[in-house]
Amino acid sequence: MNTNSPLWVYTDTVKDHFMNPRNVWEDDTFEAEGVGLVGSMACGDQMKVGIQIKDDQISDLKWQTYGCASAIASTSVMSEMVIGMTIEEAYKLTPVMITDKLGGLPKHKFHCSVLGDKALRAAIDDYLEKQGRENPYRKLVAKVICECKNITDQQIEELVKTKQAPTLDKLREITEYGTVCGKCQFKVQLLFDEYKHIYNV
Amino acid sequence: MKTIYLDNNATTQMAPEVIQVMQESYSLYGNASSMHSAGRESLVAIEGARASVARIIGAHPHEVIFTSGGSESDNTVFALARDMIDEGSKRNRIVTSTIEHPAVIETCQYLETKGYHVDYAKVDATGKLDINSFKELMGDDVLLVSIMAGNNETGTIQEIEAITNIAHAAGALVHTDAVQAIGKMDTDVRQWGVDYLSLSGHKFYGPKGVGALYIRKGAPFKTFVKGGHQEDGKRAGTYNTAAIIGMGRAADLVYETSVQERKDLWFLREKLRTGLQATIPNVVVNGHPTSCLPGTLNASFAGAEGESILLMLDFEGIAVSTGSACATGSLEPSYVLLAGGLDIELAHGSIRFSLGRYNTESDINYVLEKMPSIIRRLREISIR
Repeated sequence: MNTNSPLWVYTDTVKDHFMNPRNVWEDDTFEAEGVGLVGSMACGDQMKVGIQIKDDQISDLKWQTYGCASAIASTSVMSEMVIGMTIEEAYKLTPVMITDKLGGLPKHKFHCSVLGDKALRAAIDDYLEKQGRENPYRKLVAKVICECKNITDQQIEELVKTKQAPTLDKLREITEYGTVCGKCQFKVQLLFDEYKHIYNV
Repeated sequence: MKTIYLDNNATTQMAPEVIQVMQESYSLYGNASSMHSAGRESLVAIEGARASVARIIGAHPHEVIFTSGGSESDNTVFALARDMIDEGSKRNRIVTSTIEHPAVIETCQYLETKGYHVDYAKVDATGKLDINSFKELMGDDVLLVSIMAGNNETGTIQEIEAITNIAHAAGALVHTDAVQAIGKMDTDVRQWGVDYLSLSGHKFYGPKGVGALYIRKGAPFKTFVKGGHQEDGKRAGTYNTAAIIGMGRAADLVYETSVQERKDLWFLREKLRTGLQATIPNVVVNGHPTSCLPGTLNASFAGAEGESILLMLDFEGIAVSTGSACATGSLEPSYVLLAGGLDIELAHGSIRFSLGRYNTESDINYVLEKMPSIIRRLREISIR
């Protein structure tokens, strides 16, 4: 469908997934082998993803989302994309892949789609931990943000999530990001804000 | 699909009577400032509209100037305060509240960045101005007090007369943004005693892009929009003839129908409130239970997010608004609801139903039929 109504701010795909969300975790009998919960109701969006794994493939996924239409549609479309993927493929899913599948989101709503892949990764992390297995995927998806000091988004994420870096100043003190060429400062600030939002810290 | 329009605090549809007089007035092309007959014809119609607008706020027509809307009226008053402070007034502080319309609050925040001193009086959980907090902010250095008459989000009404008395006792000038109040409550500038009042045409079934500012006779004034002698030199710009005439007709309709209309609106509002509370668990009604604009109902639905509720209602042809952050693209939900101490999650789940002249009981029945399943569905999807 490409005849999106100008009367609606979202694409028809978003509308479809919002009105008829797939794979909602409604049934309490669904037994998740890994669960990920990110965001917070106070921030306006929170997502919970549960997965079942068979031969390192995601055999089933159920989710619950408190949030706006973008957040609900993002989780719904993500669930369709991920079922059948290997853990590794699923781990590499990005917000852009989700929004592309939705036919795009309004610019100011993009942040509503960033929780889906985080919740999914959290569920995979949880699964591997419960299985007592190594997590070889995390480092695969790390992106270098500060090239001078070789700081990745995951390091920043971890420091924010664990409250070791409650402020940007503290983050700089620990990582020394942005102290050489300074090019990454704005990027780090955006990431810092995003992780604070996602982990409600 | 039929539209049930319950967003009258955002804007109203024009009354058919208003559309009619505006269509007729588009042929009045003469510049009302010109001396020839074509100009005089426009001028007569404009002055008639001025008298109509003055009548609904109990003012003399000479005390009313036309503007481009509520925001310009508000900005005019703050520009005046700024000028007075710049010119050495020994009073150099502005007092307003935490729940004012952005036209006031953002203008005040801007003034603060320029070094001016603004204090924000608090409100209680119902959205009423905390009179003690307000009194503490008074002093002989206060130049201007600006408190809105009725809040656009919660509908909570302020005691403008009492507030004006306190402010005047301290020697301050008083402005009220009465944009939401017109036609919904008594708006009498003499009874209130205010020095300035802002109103906007499109909130009471008139056209957009036109408003008015009341300036009490004898109150200080400085021209904000400069460049012409219109409005007795108080506001430059060629008269927006058709819009002004339309707003005048809208004001006449308010004068004729407002008393009964308020009762009707409150009846429908209460029907909606009690109906929602009877059919949906965990509904929190925001704002003051009785001291409230008659058509406004602001309610929070825990576990359901506001933008999602709004869009699901939109699919059913029902137009409302929300205080959720997601609807605006910011991360913060409504500052008005938070100022009253509402839990942030409930602010994200807030919906404002604002009823107007053209709503009927069957509209309310339709909403009451649709709301329970929408909230149930969103709560099912939501995290439990």
